[in-house]
Amino acid sequence: MSSIVCQDLCKTFAQGEERITGLDRVSLSIDAGELLCLSGPSGSGKTTLLNALGGLDTPDSGSIRLAGRRIDQLSRGARADLRLREIGFVFQAYNLIPVLSARENVEFVMQVQGVPVAARHQRAAAMLAEVGLAGLENRRPGEMSGGQQQRVAVARAIASEPRLVLADEPTANLDSHSATQLMDLFQTLNRDRGVTFVLATHDPRVMAYARRLIRMEDGRIIEDIAQQAAGRPSPGGAS
Amino acid sequence: MHWPLMSLLTLAWRNLWRNYRRTLIMLLAIALGVWAMIVMSALMRGMTDQMVRNGLATLPGEAQIHHRDFRLDPSVVNHMPMPAGNLLAQLNSAPITAWAARLRVPAVLASEYASRGVTVLGIDPAQEAALGSLPETLLEGRMLGSPDDRGILLGASLARRLDTGLGKRIVLMSQDTENNVADRGVRVVGIYQARLQGDEERFAYVGRGALQELLGLEQEVTEIAVSAADYRAVDAWLPALRASAGPGLEVLGWTELHTFLGTMLAVQEGFVLVFMVVVFLVLSFGLINTLVMAVFERTRELGLMQALGMRPALILSQVLLESLLLLALGLLAGNGLALATLLPLRDGVDISAVAEGMEMMEMSATLYPLLAGRDMLLSTAVVLILGLLASLLPAWRASRLDPVRALARH
Repeated sequence: MSSIVCQDLCKTFAQGEERITGLDRVSLSIDAGELLCLSGPSGSGKTTLLNALGGLDTPDSGSIRLAGRRIDQLSRGARADLRLREIGFVFQAYNLIPVLSARENVEFVMQVQGVPVAARHQRAAAMLAEVGLAGLENRRPGEMSGGQQQRVAVARAIASEPRLVLADEPTANLDSHSATQLMDLFQTLNRDRGVTFVLATHDPRVMAYARRLIRMEDGRIIEDIAQQAAGRPSPGGAS
Repeated sequence: MHWPLMSLLTLAWRNLWRNYRRTLIMLLAIALGVWAMIVMSALMRGMTDQMVRNGLATLPGEAQIHHRDFRLDPSVVNHMPMPAGNLLAQLNSAPITAWAARLRVPAVLASEYASRGVTVLGIDPAQEAALGSLPETLLEGRMLGSPDDRGILLGASLARRLDTGLGKRIVLMSQDTENNVADRGVRVVGIYQARLQGDEERFAYVGRGALQELLGLEQEVTEIAVSAADYRAVDAWLPALRASAGPGLEVLGWTELHTFLGTMLAVQEGFVLVFMVVVFLVLSFGLINTLVMAVFERTRELGLMQALGMRPALILSQVLLESLLLLALGLLAGNGLALATLLPLRDGVDISAVAEGMEMMEMSATLYPLLAGRDMLLSTAVVLILGLLASLLPAWRASRLDPVRALARH
């Protein structure tokens, strides 16, 4: 069953007196549990599509349905609620709240959701352990490496158990080892928890993990291919 | 929508100290502003209170009873009987604390060298002492002993102008009830010093019985001065006194008798509020600047919060909470500073250097700051309400940030 269905998405931006095409009649279906990569050169529309899928931005025309619900027609507040309850975000530049500790950053979304204190403490600790940061719960972002910060961001994105995680260039600021660790983590979460991942990336290492690769150029999808994913083998033997 | 108050408070508190120098400067500005509001209000209130009290001491009393026509023609012709019956019962009941029946007549005092027009007060010394209207400082001689005392008590300044002194005889001239000149030689038995130099030249005291005899009166008086515990509460008991006095007498409160003082008190209340608002309006520019800078520096972070699902209303609340914490800390420090300033000044501030010029306004040489709880509440309300209003603009801008653009900012 398709989790996300986009139909004829168009988006343009003003740059001075010029109009830049962000999305040009993009139609796309993403099934629940997919791990999908959007790739393409800078300005190809990857981030614009990701922002539209996450309700951060609205298309000029076309429709986006998340689990059958039109999200492009929702109000600003309703889109915020949607992001809060159903979508996890991982951004290129870690994007943690600097005045909060790792645990507090992970708990942040749950706090806004209204999850009781004990439950969110427990879940945050479990998530941080799952991303390999047990023992670093009380460190603030400034006291952690880039890879550790990105893992905190991943823990935050998945702690509230969203059905969809959108990640924009998640490995762009990571070294090779950290990038591999992060992608292994994404793959495990996708496989074990059934979380749908849509990743926008230039990074071939990330693309290798995707089971579906969409190439974009000038705001259009030019290629949509299924592929054998790389990464760690699953416990059952398939990868 | 869930309101994660503790999270918002935690964020607001920690954000406040991210740029602690800026926060401390703003806190100092708010504290100084609050300090100025409270200290200046206390000084103004103390000044006004003193002016009213001095005015009431001179008047004297918080209310006065006269013959219906006395204010039009303040002569002995418009006399009235000593209080009796209902009026006497009312005068002797709470909240009235003291009253004095007196003769107030225009008169001329003449020594062998000079003469002056004055107001002669024929008093019962015991009643006046209870009312607190006798001169506070006796420089020479004695006070009047009884209503039948035949001596005269002069102010030091008047004695100088008449070129007379203790023990000397002067002539007291006035008009009796038949409009005939009545005069008598009286001996100066005491020289007093008043709080206000003008009073020394204006008022001379004689025994009420002696003056009644000179003017052809029996037990009649021209004025009954009435005093109660709080001059601000006069309107509470005045109607009952008025009812007991009957139609032939006029009962007036001090705000009607001394309209300048009444207006002064009313204007002061408004002035305190205007002063506080003006002080805070100046401060609010600093506050707005602080918050605008804080929001500008955290654009990316605020965009992130929106991207993670914080509704615009929560972002707005968070910035307002930050402002509220800043204002609350400033208020705390400002109130503390104000108390620390005013408590040592409880025994008064010497303003003798400027008191002479202020005498026309019934000011004394010592100013007692009057710290009113409502001024502290008012300054708190002004700071919080105007502060939050001033914070609305940066908070609203933060809540309206486009998360995509905000996240793209480096």
